[in-house]
Amino acid sequence: MKFFPLVWANLTRHKRRTVLTTLSVALALFLFASLRSVLTTLRAGAEVGSESRMIVQSAKAIVFFLPMSYRERLLAVPGVQAVTWADWFGGVYQDPKNFFASFAADPESYLDMYRSDFTLPADQRAAFIKERTACIVGQHLLEKYGWKLGQNVTLQGTIFQGDWTFTIRGVYHATSPAFSEDALMFHYEMVYERYPGWVQPGWYVLQLKDPSLAPQVAAAIDSEFKNSSDPTKTGTERAFNAGFVTMWGNVSFLMDSIGMAVVFAILLVAANSMMLSARERTNEVGVLKTVGFSDRLLFGLVMAEASTIALGGAVLGLGAAKALYRPTGFSAMGFLPGFDVTAGTLALGLGIAVVLALASGLVPAWTAARLSAVAALRHVE
Amino acid sequence: MKIPLIYNVRSLARRPVSSAMTAVGVALVVGVFIAMLALANGFKVALVRTGAPDNVIVLRKGADSELSSGISRDNAAIIAALPEIAVAADGQPLVSPEVFVPTNLEAASGGDAQLVVTRGVTTRAFEVRRGVHIVAGRNFIPGRDEIIIGSAIAPRLAHSAVGDTIRLAGRGWLVAGHFSAGGSAFESEVWGENEQLMPALRGQVYQVVAFRLRDPALFDEAKQTLEKDPRLQVDAHRESEFYASQSLVLRQILDFLAVFITGIMAVGAVFGAVNTMYAAVASRTSEIAVLLTLGFKPRSILASFLAEATFLALVGGLLGCLVAIPINGIVTSTTNWSSFSMIAFSFRVTPGILAGGVLFSIVMGVVGGFFPARRASRMPVVQAIR
Amino acid sequence: MALVSVRGLTKSFQRDSQPITVFDGLDLEFAEGSFTALMGPSGSGKSTLLNLIAGLDQPTSGTVTVGDAVVSAMGPGALAVWRSRHVGFVFQSYNLLPVLTAYQNVELPLLLTRLSKAERHDHVMTALGVVGLTDRAEHFPRQMSGGQEQRVAIARAVVSDPTIILLDEPTGQLDARSAAEVLELLQRLNREFHKTIIMVTHDPHAAQAAGMTLHLDKGVLTA
Repeated sequence: MKFFPLVWANLTRHKRRTVLTTLSVALALFLFASLRSVLTTLRAGAEVGSESRMIVQSAKAIVFFLPMSYRERLLAVPGVQAVTWADWFGGVYQDPKNFFASFAADPESYLDMYRSDFTLPADQRAAFIKERTACIVGQHLLEKYGWKLGQNVTLQGTIFQGDWTFTIRGVYHATSPAFSEDALMFHYEMVYERYPGWVQPGWYVLQLKDPSLAPQVAAAIDSEFKNSSDPTKTGTERAFNAGFVTMWGNVSFLMDSIGMAVVFAILLVAANSMMLSARERTNEVGVLKTVGFSDRLLFGLVMAEASTIALGGAVLGLGAAKALYRPTGFSAMGFLPGFDVTAGTLALGLGIAVVLALASGLVPAWTAARLSAVAALRHVE
Repeated sequence: MKIPLIYNVRSLARRPVSSAMTAVGVALVVGVFIAMLALANGFKVALVRTGAPDNVIVLRKGADSELSSGISRDNAAIIAALPEIAVAADGQPLVSPEVFVPTNLEAASGGDAQLVVTRGVTTRAFEVRRGVHIVAGRNFIPGRDEIIIGSAIAPRLAHSAVGDTIRLAGRGWLVAGHFSAGGSAFESEVWGENEQLMPALRGQVYQVVAFRLRDPALFDEAKQTLEKDPRLQVDAHRESEFYASQSLVLRQILDFLAVFITGIMAVGAVFGAVNTMYAAVASRTSEIAVLLTLGFKPRSILASFLAEATFLALVGGLLGCLVAIPINGIVTSTTNWSSFSMIAFSFRVTPGILAGGVLFSIVMGVVGGFFPARRASRMPVVQAIR
Repeated sequence: MALVSVRGLTKSFQRDSQPITVFDGLDLEFAEGSFTALMGPSGSGKSTLLNLIAGLDQPTSGTVTVGDAVVSAMGPGALAVWRSRHVGFVFQSYNLLPVLTAYQNVELPLLLTRLSKAERHDHVMTALGVVGLTDRAEHFPRQMSGGQEQRVAIARAVVSDPTIILLDEPTGQLDARSAAEVLELLQRLNREFHKTIIMVTHDPHAAQAAGMTLHLDKGVLTA
């Protein structure tokens, strides 16, 4: 627009002020995007997971075993195509800070159940199934600790006492976001044979013939075992994952509140800056009006100035957030895998920038528009 | 300071809107700062208070939380025979074997079930684990299907009122009463009698044995004896240290968030203060000239403007404290990943945190005001008069 | 023939709750192509009259007509448009925008037209040529002397070829030589380009440059 040089000239009149204000907006929107992304990442984690697989756990609490005898009964439920089971191992690798998932599962049926979610070379799969003390690990985990195929890995058991050594016979690549590449899986038999009277499946995974059968299957299973000594809680895999997200509690409310406070604080900085600039230019407003610039035009010029700062800051701050997290693989120590700024967050951030432009520019723009040229010319700052 | 502060205060008042905006910006930063620290502190207090230095908890070797531990009845009896254990008034050792299991309980809001720690205890536990008091109803009667619920968690559960029947581990239990525990993590638990709970939960095995030392200094001896005993295979921890370490990850996260968030906000607020002060200096060049002509030294000018910025920030800081104080005591909850169950705790604002907030505001004022003040002090008289 | 016509002009305003009457039924005319100096002591209303003619202020009653426009009856929006096309205003304190170059300052009124960038360039350079400052086009006000600033201000005032040029104490802040240059320029504008000029001044030297002088005292024309 032909008036842009005028707007630009005003912005560069006080370069430092413009730069500081723009940076403040950038910082605020960066923070906003980061906080919001905590929420979106958590929510995304809750939406991951197959709708045609179901998890059967103990209704008493997840830490309780379910009888092995349930396997046959679950297979017999109409709609259930396949069944596998696993136990959480929760081992520590050298240092408690090295956290990754480790669990014991029934090898063949488990690998079959999740076959659409990962790739594993056929020979590695065979080697793993054949060897009792073998384990498979995710590619990411392998790289993280510099392990190699065929290497022995020793974990200290927390739930199952002692040191447990496994040989890596397979390295898998996840093809679905629901499947973590930071996990180690070994034979269920290993824990079972150590504690035959005690260890049973921690949870069962079922494959449905048709995802729409999920509600009936869940109802059928849970009512069948309701009054037994091991009642069950059955739900889709997706619902199961969502359950973990709710364990964070009031996080969303906290993040939103802080986000609001941040945005408001920066609004003040931007509005203050616009106000300071406006006050110093009262005289000029008078001159421009004398030359014939209309009230409306002056209103627009001030708003353009405010918008440039707000949108410039938005691009900087939102852009930095977008560029920072995903490429560096930030995941908040594993609590927030796949942390990324979504398009929705970016849109919201831009929306805030627009509101910022309006809020910070409106009063000075209105004042400039309403100012009588005569009064403005008489004004001495 | 040679130039009276009243000059600065009045100058600030001459630009009321700009000054107010800057102060409120600082107030928001300080407010968020205090809130986040109060959150982290509340969580820490809840866990730290849960332990005493003269209590010891014994877990199975290698277990990193009560959750994954298991101690047989026989072993519990062996532990109870330890000479370092204090003796109660009735001559019995102050030992509390306990069951610890996270259990699914129906939430008050009707959503997903909440995982809440259920702790099986003996009556002795109330002596060993300090600070536990019944605040509503009565304690459970041994031999009956009764439980008591911690005051922090009771409001979040369905059927948790005194006299209700609550479903736990597949059975119905009478809620005999509610208990408080000095704001510690126990307040987020459900307690019942071992003998009643064991059959319903994990069978005839305890998760933890807690006991009181005759003398806190005896800890090392007791630890040695227990850990060297070939029959046992256990680890002994000081109760206070143990629970403190349990919260480490979450506390680190909260601390990081506090620094990250308020750090960024502070930079923004400081920028605002810088803008305000530079504008103030620019508009008062003739005043500065007069002061210099009268004989005030440049460093007095610097001190004066620095004081102005700091005063403004301080006002903001005090405002931020005022706004943040009411959050003290607000209860929130999250999952303690070590026990895998919900822990309810409250924001705790302390005088120390408030002082920190005020100090923070002063730092922001000094940092924001320095360069503008320096520019004011370096202004050549001739230019200033123009 | 009268280009500017003032009839029954009354203007009073409030200052700190004191009513002040500047004009009480003034009649006045300015012929097309005239160069008039308006003199009078301070408080006589000369600046106010200039503001009223430019449409920057509204009379309490009476009419002000400039060409075909009844300025006193037009709304602020229409006045802005009208001013951009018909009025060139020069202030005592030049009032150039310090963040703009001489070129950009002169270009300002043209931004309100539909002229293309190239067309605007032509007009600006012409105006700067008239005031003799084409070589200063890219300089900022702070890089120029007072006299040069005022000449740039005059260039800005004439760039859109206005109907009238109004000046409020244009030599007030200038030294004798710069003042002479400015006055000479104004005479040129009047004689060569037939611009109608109304100049408020209390410098008798400046008044001499004009074709005729009017005296105002307490809002009334005196001899």
